[in-house]
Amino acid sequence: MSNILNTYLPNVVTNWYGEGGFVQAIWETLYMTFYSALFAGIIGIILGILLVVTDKNGIKPNKVFYNILDKVVNLFRSIPFIILLAVIGPFTRLLVGQTIGPKGALVPLIIGTAPFFARQVQLALVEVDPGVIEAAESIGLSPLQIIFRVYLREGLPELIRSGTLTIISLIGLTAMAGAVGGGGLGNMAISVGYQRFENDVTIVSMLLILVLVFVIQGIGDFFVKKLEH
Amino acid sequence: MSEENNIVQLKNIDVTFHDGEKDVTAVKNVSINVEKGDIFGVIGYSGAGKSTLVRVINLLQKPTKGEVIVNGQNLTELKPKELRSARRNIGMIFQHFNLMNSLSVFDNILFPLRDTKLSKSERKAKVSSLINLVGLDEHAKKYPSQLSGGQKQRVAIARALANDPEVLISDEATSALDPKTTTEILDLLSRLNKELGITVVIITHEMDAVKQICNRVAVMEKGSVIEEGSLLSIFGQPKQQLTKDFVNTSTRISNVLEEIHEAGLANQISGRVVQLNYLGESTNEPLVVSLYKRFGVEANILFSNIEQLQNTTVGIMLLSLTGDESSLDQALNYLNESKVNVKEINLKDEVNV
Repeated sequence: MSNILNTYLPNVVTNWYGEGGFVQAIWETLYMTFYSALFAGIIGIILGILLVVTDKNGIKPNKVFYNILDKVVNLFRSIPFIILLAVIGPFTRLLVGQTIGPKGALVPLIIGTAPFFARQVQLALVEVDPGVIEAAESIGLSPLQIIFRVYLREGLPELIRSGTLTIISLIGLTAMAGAVGGGGLGNMAISVGYQRFENDVTIVSMLLILVLVFVIQGIGDFFVKKLEH
Repeated sequence: MSEENNIVQLKNIDVTFHDGEKDVTAVKNVSINVEKGDIFGVIGYSGAGKSTLVRVINLLQKPTKGEVIVNGQNLTELKPKELRSARRNIGMIFQHFNLMNSLSVFDNILFPLRDTKLSKSERKAKVSSLINLVGLDEHAKKYPSQLSGGQKQRVAIARALANDPEVLISDEATSALDPKTTTEILDLLSRLNKELGITVVIITHEMDAVKQICNRVAVMEKGSVIEEGSLLSIFGQPKQQLTKDFVNTSTRISNVLEEIHEAGLANQISGRVVQLNYLGESTNEPLVVSLYKRFGVEANILFSNIEQLQNTTVGIMLLSLTGDESSLDQALNYLNESKVNVKEINLKDEVNV
């Protein structure tokens, strides 16, 4: 077994453990994905709910607020991620004290992902039958109760679906962040595999990212299936 | 009609929507009084403003002008929190049921009970009794997607009843259902009205639904109530053209006239053609026989429809009368005096009953 690995994946084997090795890279990718998904998820859900609620057909329409938020979300969604990384460098340093490493990558990852997810949340919640909202109002529910008991409950399968999509695109972004100093599997593939011509490292990095994507997709599908009636 | 008997009072309601530059008036100066225990029907074609009007009752639609008084409480003056608690006293069911797809039948009915003071076991008992009331015992664990339209509407009715409301609003609740299911749902509403004493306000475009359960009717056209009265007066003596249209469609007399017209039978029918609408006691008199006996007028029945509305007979007849002119006039006078609504019809004209 170890002979086969040594023959076909020589650089992967030597780069497995230790500083800058695969184990650390996997860990860094998971770290970046988890924390940015967590924070971008919270921010995205809040912004998405605000967009739906203040929409002209929402339960608390507010034209000015909606328009501003809508534009801000669009603006941040339009900035290419690789440029965003550089542009918000000073802000990142202010917030976490560094611009490199997984921790430094978190800030741009969250800012890059949250508006995307906010839009996904908005689209998911807008799909909730307005009649059900009306029924909830007729039952005497407050706006806050309608958000939690109707929007988030009825929209849950769709939210999970778009959450899954967002995390997968987020993994893509962690690879990009990694390449410019964030660490993780993206860094592994580019600065070790690609730039040192250690092709086996590039391929194994890619395969590991694919495994991560499939696992997340699988988990998402499982919950959607369980929740949809 | 004493004031305290009125459970729902709409006073001079206006609803105006702003559509860009234009103002669209959906409801114009409508006043309605619904008495406790009524099954009040609001009938009109789509776009007449009846759905908007009925949403004013629980203030899902805020009126531009006017007062909404439900159970002695002026809803237009309430704070949001007070309005929400007032809404618990007004159940509502909808054309498309509006159930939570993510919740089971049981949980859908439990939904409005979540903030009540009832204990967990009391809530469960309450939901079970509601499920039993609407006849869905074996479906409690199913989800809405597994139910038929009629069953979904039963769930919606149980949900609307969860907070023991005194008023139940039905917004086209049977319009998406087949005729048999419609009858079943209407029977259920009528039963709830009798057993629970709940006041029901139904919105519909089907005269048959009104006929089946309502005791009072308001007819709406272009945002206004054009005619209002007891079911019998609306059905027996409709005054406005639209009301007559609804009645005629429901009794199918308009079909008959159209058929006569289309088949070119008008020329083959001799004598004067009259339409008779009659109510109650006059029905039991053998009209056709007495016309012949008293005036020597022969009546040929072209169409007849007799039905029981709230234990009163309501009939419509289309007769062609032959005899000499003076006896015909006498006969028509006699009919008018015996509380029969008589209208002469010229079959050769464009059909317009």
